[in-house]
Amino acid sequence: MEGAGLPGKDRMIRVTRKVEFSAAHFYHNPNFSADENRRVFGKCNNPHGHGHNYVLEVTIAGEPDPTTGMVLDLKELKDILETEVMERMDHRHLNYEVPELTGQIPTCENIAAVIWKLLEPKIKSGKLDRVRLYESPELFVDVNAGNGARA
Amino acid sequence: MKISLTKRYRFAASHRLYTPRLSEAENKRVYGKCSNAYGHGHNYVVEVTVTGPVDPETGMIANVGELDPFVQREVIEPFDQRFLNEEVPEFREQVATTENVCREIFRRLKSFPSAKLERVRVEETSKNSFEIEADVGAFDEVRVSRGATTQ
Ligand SMILES: [Zn+2]
Repeated sequence: MEGAGLPGKDRMIRVTRKVEFSAAHFYHNPNFSADENRRVFGKCNNPHGHGHNYVLEVTIAGEPDPTTGMVLDLKELKDILETEVMERMDHRHLNYEVPELTGQIPTCENIAAVIWKLLEPKIKSGKLDRVRLYESPELFVDVNAGNGARA
Repeated sequence: MKISLTKRYRFAASHRLYTPRLSEAENKRVYGKCSNAYGHGHNYVVEVTVTGPVDPETGMIANVGELDPFVQREVIEPFDQRFLNEEVPEFREQVATTENVCREIFRRLKSFPSAKLERVRVEETSKNSFEIEADVGAFDEVRVSRGATTQ
């Protein structure tokens, strides 16, 4: 597999930035009966909601610019994360306040997928390589392009 | 876009690295301190990664409410607070290195019904970890990473 069809793979660098946000959610599917909701979602079905300190790691892959020595300007990435993620999700109720999640159960899988879709078009230098979202130190979801770009 | 879910588990167990296929002197040379006849133990961390489509009804790749008891039954109960060499039958035949522990855990979890097992990563200590991924070539390959030795 070593470098097969991927010229410059050994020059590629991955840059990761971490941000944290706190948000509330609960799991409820209106198509399920009350019993089914409790059986499938357990404690997470509590309609009063509960919260997490989410930790988001965003990885950008690319070749460092020969002049700046950078894959991308981390300040720019910080601003993108501020606008796309923090302003949307930090100290929000994910069931009610994030339009991108409307009609979806705000699981770690769905939140991470929404974040991927929000960030991907905004990354102009380098490419979005991976979004990793921790709901707790024991549970995380990874999203990547899925074309074999990342092993 | 490809999504995976990872959950971390813990167990504590003892083992001894020793094989009757080698002489006493060779065991000592190959395994060093780890071949001490009385065994020694670790706090193992097991990272289990599953992948597959996100069910639109639940927002989940796999329900952690199903994954937890499965891992508990297949791995944590039989391994936790045990002497691996004697109490887990598979390690009567093969050395209880963490490579083999990792492979055995992967084998035990492969039949998880609700999603595809993609990766198992075992931390033997915070410095040494071992991982195995599904479908790497013809066999499931174990990758080893060791932290810098500080003592
Ligand atoms: Zn939750």
